[in-house]
Amino acid sequence: MSDAAHLLLAEGVGVAYGGCPVVTDAAFGLDAGRLVALVGPNGAGKTTLLRALGGLTPSTGRITVAGTDLLKLPPRERARRIAFLPQGHVVHWPLTARDVVALGRYPHGLADPSRMGARDAAIVDAALARTDASAFAGRQVTTLSGGERARVMLARVLAVEAPILLADEPTAALDPRHQIGIMAALREEARRGALVIAVTHDLGLAARMADEVMVIDRGRIVARGAPRTVLTPQLMREVYGVDALVTEHAGEPVIVPWTAP
Amino acid sequence: MSDAATMTGLARRGLVPGLALLVAILAMASLAAGPVRLSPSDIVAALLGRGDEAIRTIVTEIRLPRAILAVAIGGILGLSGAAMQGLLRNPLAAPSLFGAPQSAAFAAVATISLGLNDALSWGLPVAAIAGAFLSVFVLVAVAGRNASLLLLILSGLAISSLAGAGTALAMNLAPNPFAALEIAFWLLGSLEDRSMRHVALALPFIIPAALILYLQRGAFRALALGEEAAASLGVGVARLRLVVITGVALGVGAAVSVAGTIAFIGLVAPHLMRPLVGYDPARVLVPSALTGAALLLAADIAVRIIPATTNIKVGVLTAIIGVPFFLWLIVRERRSLAGGVA
Repeated sequence: MSDAAHLLLAEGVGVAYGGCPVVTDAAFGLDAGRLVALVGPNGAGKTTLLRALGGLTPSTGRITVAGTDLLKLPPRERARRIAFLPQGHVVHWPLTARDVVALGRYPHGLADPSRMGARDAAIVDAALARTDASAFAGRQVTTLSGGERARVMLARVLAVEAPILLADEPTAALDPRHQIGIMAALREEARRGALVIAVTHDLGLAARMADEVMVIDRGRIVARGAPRTVLTPQLMREVYGVDALVTEHAGEPVIVPWTAP
Repeated sequence: MSDAATMTGLARRGLVPGLALLVAILAMASLAAGPVRLSPSDIVAALLGRGDEAIRTIVTEIRLPRAILAVAIGGILGLSGAAMQGLLRNPLAAPSLFGAPQSAAFAAVATISLGLNDALSWGLPVAAIAGAFLSVFVLVAVAGRNASLLLLILSGLAISSLAGAGTALAMNLAPNPFAALEIAFWLLGSLEDRSMRHVALALPFIIPAALILYLQRGAFRALALGEEAAASLGVGVARLRLVVITGVALGVGAAVSVAGTIAFIGLVAPHLMRPLVGYDPARVLVPSALTGAALLLAADIAVRIIPATTNIKVGVLTAIIGVPFFLWLIVRERRSLAGGVA
């Protein structure tokens, strides 16, 4: 495939904070309909790379979205093309879950959720349904459990209906059922045609659910490809400094970090 | 939709018209209250340019400017408070946080101290508005155009302190005790003896300021998710900060310039309204403005009615009532505050 055909293309992308390089020379092309897991040790530059891809931090090099330079997109247009789910699921006011999800329509010009048109309302309701959050749509998000809140926040980015979805540790601090639920919803979004990039530390889930794994270590992308070919015991040792059990169960890859030598 | 949801929907729709009616009634009462009690028919006649000449003078030249200023100043204080709280995502943010009102007060006081103006001349408001603008320039120069909130708050704190010190120095250096007393009284905040010239001076700043702040309402709601998520939704966060700081300085600077410092309305009004609008930082703006207007009108009527040998200044009254009320609000909302703004 030629470079121009990639939905998201990074060429020599670098990010430095205060003169200190955090991401160096990242180059890749990613296509629609894929769930990509971005993995790597703490401090490797995962979040920074994700923020750069979302246009939320200045970067050098070139990032293009469907052939258009990211920096040339006006903020609203960029927001319609790239949805971003930050870490931590912060909400500063006790808004209702539905009002939070309706914020996903902000880039499309929805100023007031209480005056939502039929189309926006249908999209918001569908997003709530897809993350199984309809039952508490009317509750204040501050009263929800961590898992429920994570589902509402995911519904918020789904409601943007962007072709690209970036998620920063969407499964952190969740119980196993919610971790699987969130990753399954992200994969479902990829199946519907979006490019989904999720930063995660859960290599087991990444191996099982992702179409592709991209490994970043000390600011550089060191491996990329199908989970089975990338997440080898050797890579686990080199990148994470741990020995790992890599096996299969029911035809799916299983990876369990074992010991730190 | 459930019955409860319909009920809250109705309550929300009725909120703004209800508050507007309250402001209208209080404005009428403000025209009626004073040493000469006037009936509604007297007031209507006077406003239409009919009736007794003395009553016409009292209504249109003494009480009308006062009522207009109470609505405009109370309104912009309430709106600025709500906007600041939306920008900072913090219910404790007040319009004075970035130092504009303190700087306006200092500039005004300096002109009194230097003997350039007495407290009711209209060179004083001009100096005060210039002071508020200067504070924004200094703030941006110190913190930078893309400054973080923390940097802006620290710089604002420094500017407020400096302006406060300057005000103290101006009182200290006042040429005579009367000038010092004049400064002290002016600082307390009052709407007494203001004329249509004060209205003409303040409104051209207050009205654009209100529009500027109101137009940011969608961005305040997006900011509920934090700055990063708001930026990802297309909000220019750094630009928004400068716009809000400028809008608040414009509006509150103009308010201080004609009325002195009036405390706590900006902090309390959004608090009163927030539970009634589902804690929405955008929907709270207009009700907060109307509540601010109603509070200041009520306080300004009260200072005329309360029997006292010396006139109580309206700024003193808003603080005396506002602070205990604010404490009560904190106690009442302890739980939701702890949960909502962690």
